[in-house]
Amino acid sequence: MFFDQFNYWIFIVLLMIGLYTVMSRTNLVKKMIGLSMFQTSVFLFYISMGKITGGTAPIVVETAIGAPETVYSNPLPHVLILTAIVVGVATTALGLSLVVRINETFGTINEDEILEMEDDT
Amino acid sequence: MLLLIAGALTVLTVRNLFVATMMLGIVSFLMALIFVSLDAVDVAFTEAAVGAGISTVLYIGTLALVGAQEKPGIKFAAGPLVTCLAVGAVLFYATNQMPPYGNADNPIHTHVAPRYIDVSPIEIGVPNMVTSVLSSYRGYDTFGETTVVFTAAIGVLLILSQLRRRKEDEDEDAEKPARKGLRVSLTGLGSQHDLVPHVVAKLLIPFIFVFALYVQFHGDYGPGGGFQAGVIFAAGFILYALIFGLQYTQKVLSSTVVLYLLAAGVLLYGGVGIAGILLGGNFLDYNVLSENAVSGQHLGILLIEFGVGTTVAAAMLAIFYAFAGRAEPVTKMPDQE
Repeated sequence: MFFDQFNYWIFIVLLMIGLYTVMSRTNLVKKMIGLSMFQTSVFLFYISMGKITGGTAPIVVETAIGAPETVYSNPLPHVLILTAIVVGVATTALGLSLVVRINETFGTINEDEILEMEDDT
Repeated sequence: MLLLIAGALTVLTVRNLFVATMMLGIVSFLMALIFVSLDAVDVAFTEAAVGAGISTVLYIGTLALVGAQEKPGIKFAAGPLVTCLAVGAVLFYATNQMPPYGNADNPIHTHVAPRYIDVSPIEIGVPNMVTSVLSSYRGYDTFGETTVVFTAAIGVLLILSQLRRRKEDEDEDAEKPARKGLRVSLTGLGSQHDLVPHVVAKLLIPFIFVFALYVQFHGDYGPGGGFQAGVIFAAGFILYALIFGLQYTQKVLSSTVVLYLLAAGVLLYGGVGIAGILLGGNFLDYNVLSENAVSGQHLGILLIEFGVGTTVAAAMLAIFYAFAGRAEPVTKMPDQE
């Protein structure tokens, strides 16, 4: 079907936006935001892969005898992404604290200006 | 889905970083909704609490310290755009080879996943497969990730607290006066005058904590677990700090206690693993913790999740304290002048 890969396309577009933000913007906080977006798009990719059409969340439900067997979506990507999100926010915090520190040292969080200052010295 | 792209584009184009942060929060929340529709309830839970909650607070904390306006006059960057489009094109080409979305015969569903789905309810006896995979089958991974969170929190503390100490030595005039206007936004922390937030927060906070505990200990049976509970717990304290002020929060839960908790969580996790060795099993082998394997698994998962929850909550709080504490000397400055 035409829309078979729709989720993957969304993931690609989000990833491109994130990547472009990281590469083109000189503001360091904006770069961090782009990085977060990049990360989120990868989460979407993993979770999309784990989905089974007609499946349900991977929590055991009791089925009536004779009823068709319950289909569960794949729990493995969920586990990986679950931890990745929390680790992601921790590393984001680390990056942001570095931004604060850079601002303290250079008085700016703009990459261009920092590079200029380095050239001057 | 299209809303997501619209949101993401706004984040890219908007010049004011506060607005960009808010849009990022909205994108995260939309993402959480999509995760629910993709059956990933645990992940959606985490994304809503972390992406839309904690990380927004962190970004705003940073913006209050560094200023919220992006430099005007961004030049059009051709190089990155071309690179991006190239990467996108390659990925798009790759998706043609991807198995169709939602098909049960995809390779990802045929390798280890059936074992987790079929055997874990019998071996572990925990209905929520995500929890059993997270803390039992992949206990090593989770231990590593908890350690990463721990290390990141330590890193933030080192970077930010070192700065504060050095600042006391330096001349206070080194502060740029132009930035002061932006930092006033943090003096609003713990305002005396806003009655409505005070009342609402007092009503909400107990429920947030009860909810966090429910998520913590009910993670075996429903969506939830240590990671989510830790984040929600931290969110409760952060709400308190935002409304009543940092010093009151630190009176309830001082930074030292947070640091001990941070270490205690990881130690509890590692301790359970070593207890497994001492009782004759492998590292992080829960089967030996109790008389029979299934109840051993139950006990192990409960302890592990508790360790994870403690570490995550303490890490988030420590990071928040570090950011908010950095703003504190500045808020005092107007009094000194």
